[in-house]
Amino acid sequence: MIAEAGLAALWLAATLAGLQLLLAWSAVAKGNEDARRLIRPIAVAQGVLTCLALALLITLFLRSDMSVLLVAENSHSMKPFIYKFAGAWGNHEGSMLLWVAVMSAAGAAVALFERGLDQRTHVATLGAQAAISLGFYAFLLFASNPFARLNPAPADGQGLNPLLQDPGLAFHPPTLYLGYVGLSVAFSFAVGALLTRQVDARFARAVRPWVLGAWILLTLGITAGSYWAYYELGWGGWWFWDPVENASLMPWLAATALLHSATVLATRDALRAWTVMLSVVAFAMSMVGTFLVRSGILTSVHAFAVDPTRGTFILALLGLYIGGALALFALRVHTVNEGSRFDPVSREAMLVLNNLLLCVILGLVLIGTLYPLLTEMMGVRVSVGPPYFNTIIGPITIALMAVLVVGPLLRWRHDDPRKLLRRVTPSIALAVLALAAALILSAGRIGWLPALGFAAAGAVAIASVLPLWKRNLLRTPMFTYGMVLAHLGCAVSLAGMAAESSFSSEKLAAARPGDTFEIAGQTVRFDSVIPIAGPNWTAMQASLTVSRDGEVIGTARPQARFFSDPPTPTTESVQMTHWNGQLYLVLGDQLEDGRWQLRIWWKPFVTLIWAGGALIAIGGALALIGRVRRERRHKVQARKPARERFA
Amino acid sequence: MDMTTTRPKTKRKHQRLVLILLAIAAMLGGVLLAMSALKGQAAYFYTPAEAIAAKVEPGRAVRLGGMVEGGSLKRAADGVTISFRLTDGKASVPATFSGITPDLFKENGGAIAEGAFDASGTFRATNILAKHDERYMPREMEGIKYDPNTHKVSAAKP
Repeated sequence: MIAEAGLAALWLAATLAGLQLLLAWSAVAKGNEDARRLIRPIAVAQGVLTCLALALLITLFLRSDMSVLLVAENSHSMKPFIYKFAGAWGNHEGSMLLWVAVMSAAGAAVALFERGLDQRTHVATLGAQAAISLGFYAFLLFASNPFARLNPAPADGQGLNPLLQDPGLAFHPPTLYLGYVGLSVAFSFAVGALLTRQVDARFARAVRPWVLGAWILLTLGITAGSYWAYYELGWGGWWFWDPVENASLMPWLAATALLHSATVLATRDALRAWTVMLSVVAFAMSMVGTFLVRSGILTSVHAFAVDPTRGTFILALLGLYIGGALALFALRVHTVNEGSRFDPVSREAMLVLNNLLLCVILGLVLIGTLYPLLTEMMGVRVSVGPPYFNTIIGPITIALMAVLVVGPLLRWRHDDPRKLLRRVTPSIALAVLALAAALILSAGRIGWLPALGFAAAGAVAIASVLPLWKRNLLRTPMFTYGMVLAHLGCAVSLAGMAAESSFSSEKLAAARPGDTFEIAGQTVRFDSVIPIAGPNWTAMQASLTVSRDGEVIGTARPQARFFSDPPTPTTESVQMTHWNGQLYLVLGDQLEDGRWQLRIWWKPFVTLIWAGGALIAIGGALALIGRVRRERRHKVQARKPARERFA
Repeated sequence: MDMTTTRPKTKRKHQRLVLILLAIAAMLGGVLLAMSALKGQAAYFYTPAEAIAAKVEPGRAVRLGGMVEGGSLKRAADGVTISFRLTDGKASVPATFSGITPDLFKENGGAIAEGAFDASGTFRATNILAKHDERYMPREMEGIKYDPNTHKVSAAKP
């Protein structure tokens, strides 16, 4: 019964979405007042119903109801509670239900809490949101029904791949999904504003919290995904330019650009058409990401050809929404008045540069990701890898950082270049210092890209905190602190990347118990290897004692693990974190003569990469809280005199 | 509520035009950059026969994919350096690698080596990707079949 109730809730929600679209059309085009009043409760009901459907699916997983196809295929009655719970969205159908639930919950939130927009634009936005939701309801109900029954029901489920039973993986996909959906709301706002010809600062203020929220979640998702690949794969790398990684990076790049242009629009009422365009691009990138991950096209064009329904469906939705939005943009762009003007030396101009550079990076990642798929369709196999991405995206990122050094120190609208020069002097000084230090420490053997990375990190570190210089720190708004932290995070992350790629050292050897190695001032002694067993795996576990200056500072136990079902060997590396870096230890194979392969890396300051990511996300959160609080305060102030007038 | 003020547009056209031109220039520059980079790097994956035919210059980072020839895998005395031959049935190339090989790297199995050729024509691999499990295969290796007895490789093209 639970499954049927879930399906019924979904159908009802889909019907409501259709109704919401019709009512919105009637209210916006015909000015129907009754229709307008009905839309809010309908949007809220839709959100409640889809969340109910998701809750019901989770219930089915928790109760291990094997008569439901999805549960039987992806769960097992003996699975730990947390993986039964997370297993509900650890598969295609469940994850799409999660997507739809979050999307309509966001729609309900827009209906309930958005007060800054004029009513027609608000209603048009809800109509656009309903139109997007409808497509995803159709996808869910016709191409990936999560509540399908299985008759006869099997005795137990097929379980979840042991490699996927990782707490990180349980929450990584939903984080990214929430980010994607947040960008869908930004898209709806843009469509709504275009429909009613109200592309102005109010639109930017309404859209900004959603973009910020989506951006924070995408930042967290990418950072966590990078760390997971780093410790789980045992290769010591933290970014592989894998298409799945790119699928999450592209929406992030677009959201970063949108965030900055929305700020210009909200503060200075400039870049109107551009901000609308970016909202469309950001959502398009979310859909491209979903398409790449969900269609199976990444393993192969042929895997996609085997079951083309889902991929084609998402592709059709992508074409419909993005094509429709672009057509609307083309039709309406002449009605969008140009906003306020600004000088070439002004904060706006630097933010325009920021946007252009981010968009170029986005385009390069997109081309690099799609190019192999396109050529494979024509029968030629190519692979686009780090040589492409690093050589062209590295320098543009450095240029972007240079813009970041200057931008926050400029005044809006117009500034004096000579004063600017004085303001950026400390940053440039530190950049030169960092570059010199890197060259001396590496004895000149450092690559030019990491060297520039150090210089940029130094400059950005200073430049990011300069906006606080000579300010009353208690009266500085919270969103300024957010900006400072997020920019500082870029410097921290960049420093980590440069340090890891230029100063890592590596020891690779076949060793017998008792052997010792010296690496980066530490002594690693290989003590023993013992066989051990876990619940569904066996492993060979090495014991390594790490000491510095004769003093033992820790023991590491890396494993070569073997899962029995399905038979999968994995390497369980160990990372020992010090303040100045990580010791990364991997146990390899045993040779015929009894020696064991050992691989040990010293990765100086590698943790800064993810610490920077976390700082960026925290900065975003501060900005979000600060903005929302200020908006509310302004509204209260704005309402007071109005009430007095009417009294 | 709505008060879209209509401002004089004469001078404003100019700035908007500049911004549009800048955006177009940036996009064009990006596409040109991507195309030139792809021209140099996209032929990044080679089979041994293709690498020989294309005369991949020493030192250029490429991926070399093929089957590890039966009987060619040798381990040096240091225990971590291996040498082997990669073949696609038409040609075979000597390769060396220092490191921990993937669990499924073995003779007569598929593998992709990342690295560069040295001056003597030996491929110096810095990383090796092997068929990971029964379901996953490196993209480029899909559809390639190898007969360990005859050393014949049928590179099934899509």
